[in-house]
Amino acid sequence: MDTRGDAEPTPTKNRSTVERKSERELVVKRTIEGPARIVFEAFARPELFRRWWVPKSIGLTLLSCELDVRVGGTYRLVFSHEGSEMAFFGRYIDVIPNSRLVWTNDEGDDEGAVTTVSFEEMDGKTLVVIHDLYPSKEALEASGSMGAMDETLDQLDELVGTLGGSAS
Amino acid sequence: MHGVASCVTLNRMVQYTQARLDASFTALSDATRRGVLEQLGRSDASITDLAEKFDMSLTGMKKHVGILERAGLVTTEKVGRVRTCKLGMHRFEKEAAWLERYQQVWNARFDELDRVVEELKRKEKIDGHKRRR
Repeated sequence: MDTRGDAEPTPTKNRSTVERKSERELVVKRTIEGPARIVFEAFARPELFRRWWVPKSIGLTLLSCELDVRVGGTYRLVFSHEGSEMAFFGRYIDVIPNSRLVWTNDEGDDEGAVTTVSFEEMDGKTLVVIHDLYPSKEALEASGSMGAMDETLDQLDELVGTLGGSAS
Repeated sequence: MHGVASCVTLNRMVQYTQARLDASFTALSDATRRGVLEQLGRSDASITDLAEKFDMSLTGMKKHVGILERAGLVTTEKVGRVRTCKLGMHRFEKEAAWLERYQQVWNARFDELDRVVEELKRKEKIDGHKRRR
């Protein structure tokens, strides 16, 4: 059986970086070829935002996208995924045009992460920094695979451990 | 809405884990490869060491190690002319795998953003020319 179907997408020219900055923070950075004013617009106008936030390759369909980008304004995104609907929603708590956006993520049962996006323009390009601050280490790990996947992989670890560790 | 990326990443991790489990069981279905894992559980070893221990050609051992490596059960590192093998897959690697897939989602997303920004820039240029003249 050929099990190499785990194909990696080809690398892109401007790679984004992802860093777990602390137990509660995830930071994504990427330089976009355009001025901050335009990049900000692509975050703030729903008809533009919906064109890129859900890239075709990720296999989700965006059913609706409402963004009211002003302090206290709300957003709501609804997706369909394998027959079920998922909604993501929250509130903008800080909006500085062309420079900063802060929103809450309220879809979960518990307190959600706060996302801060900053736009830094240099030589006609814009460094976009997306910073997610989670209420706790557990919340960050639960949002990712680290919860759900652990069990299966741990079992495999254990299996390999019984092979490899039997001699020690 | 950051959760979208996490969801997609989670989905990818499930696929990734399934592929990895398939690869792992294929890897574990061979007695020599199980022996190699046992050996590496005792201590790290070079491919040459392993080939000698299992009375096998270098090429043959390389093939076995490659299968174990693809399954994530073994990692190898080349220092100078020696490739050292050790048991792979530890907790920190799982986090790295998750981050790697999370990054892929962001790459796809930002590539689309680049396209949108490019289009807006072109539009602005045309509009700007019209206004100036």
